[in-house]
Amino acid sequence: MTLSTQLINLMAALLLLIAFAMLAQRRILSLIHLFAWQGAVLTANSVIVAYSTGQTHLYYSALLTLALKVIVMPLILHRLIIRLNIKWDVETLINIPTTMLVGIALVVISFNVALPISQLAGTITRSTLGIAVAIVLLSFLMMITRRKAVPQVIGFLAMENGLFFAATSTTYGMPMVVELGIALDVLVGMLILGIFFFQVRQAFDSLDLKHMERLKEE
Amino acid sequence: MAEFVESFLSQLAQTVLVVLLAPLMLGWVNQCRAWLQNRSGPGLLQPYRVLHKLFHKDALLAHNASVIFRAAPYIQFGCMVLAASIVPVLGTNLAFSPAADVIALVGVFALARVFSSLAAMDVGTAFGSLGARREMLVASLSEPALLMVFFTPLLIVQSSSLSSIVDALAHRDFAIYPSLAFAAVAFIMVLLAENARIPVDNPATHLELTMIHEALILEYSARHLALIEWATAVKLTVYCAIGIALFAPWGMVEGTNWLMFPAAAGALVIKLALAGTGLAVLETVSAKMRIFRAPEFLGMAFLFAVLGMLIRQLLGA
Repeated sequence: MTLSTQLINLMAALLLLIAFAMLAQRRILSLIHLFAWQGAVLTANSVIVAYSTGQTHLYYSALLTLALKVIVMPLILHRLIIRLNIKWDVETLINIPTTMLVGIALVVISFNVALPISQLAGTITRSTLGIAVAIVLLSFLMMITRRKAVPQVIGFLAMENGLFFAATSTTYGMPMVVELGIALDVLVGMLILGIFFFQVRQAFDSLDLKHMERLKEE
Repeated sequence: MAEFVESFLSQLAQTVLVVLLAPLMLGWVNQCRAWLQNRSGPGLLQPYRVLHKLFHKDALLAHNASVIFRAAPYIQFGCMVLAASIVPVLGTNLAFSPAADVIALVGVFALARVFSSLAAMDVGTAFGSLGARREMLVASLSEPALLMVFFTPLLIVQSSSLSSIVDALAHRDFAIYPSLAFAAVAFIMVLLAENARIPVDNPATHLELTMIHEALILEYSARHLALIEWATAVKLTVYCAIGIALFAPWGMVEGTNWLMFPAAAGALVIKLALAGTGLAVLETVSAKMRIFRAPEFLGMAFLFAVLGMLIRQLLGA
């Protein structure tokens, strides 16, 4: 194995670790920090892949990731939770070990699902596809297990990170137009969801989404 | 025949070295903790003084103490000496190493623990039973995590003998193993739990609400207590030695090259000192957890170990 492959594997392992850490994290502030770290590792991964394969457009997408996912979005989220006054909120998660075991099962499943595809791919990053799928599924699991609005949104954003990583590992990234489109989509979605938070809180007096399960008004 | 004598001598030297060095290691950790907490420590040799004092006292036994209570300290000490002779610290040419692999090593630790718990319950005091239950709670969760930690290097080297793992890992080309990093994190968490350190247990407390290890040995005195304390020190040293052997095995002697042994001993002392400092830092920056958070902590350790193994198996890294 060449050094760049080893480094890419290391980045993939770090991303998986961060995904699990997000799953277990109770504090919203730390969750945002973890999300920023995930973006940073993703950026490093893109740069390594770009350098080792000579794909210059990956540098731009790395720059985009750095700007949006490491700086802008965590800043927006940070300001949001200060404005919403939930900076020190701690979510009561029940049974983290069980969630973790489900997460391990998801990792095994996604490795198995990704195996045939990665055998077909010719990229040097092909073995990390399984981890990319695992990150998507783990973020999904996080969205399922969380009850508050902000962690669910962070789960959604982490899922997008996983998709981006999957694109990098199978085809050295998507075309620039698609990438820009997704990045702006996520950014706009983030802004709209930010406004949503305020609306939700105004209507229900809390950000707990269990209030939204009832569809009828009394 | 000469070969056997050589490996036997190297075995003897290593075991004696670890057993004699263990109280010093404990003293070093305590000293580092004292420095970090702005105290002047008790001195590096304090554990030796304590052992000396305890060995010269008369032992007191409860009236209803059975054979188990009296035999347990010797069994614990014996187990730890055996563990110390399985783990390579200076060289990998050990006479005992074919006899027991890493899985047997976990079993040896378990044997010592079973007897310490039995002895704690033997006299029938409330604290003893309480400590035994807590110890078993922690053990039942840390043991699978420890086994999982061992499986990652085992899969990399394709051997379960510690000596061949060290041989293979110390003399390979440089390669980044993310799986080993995961295993190392998990191992540190298990080390903290198994050796009754903060955040799982506080070795310096006698507060009945929180103590685990101290509750087990409340009834012991004199030479029995000394043996248990010594066994605890050896256990800590052996755990650090396992960590060094698995994750930083450089500088260990291959085969029996007697000239290399002083260098290996120097490397070992430096590595153990670093490990002790790291342990002291970890213990200073973290607070003790509630006991019911311990399952979560050890669940995380298990998770890390399994992740390491999965990454090794599926990513080949």
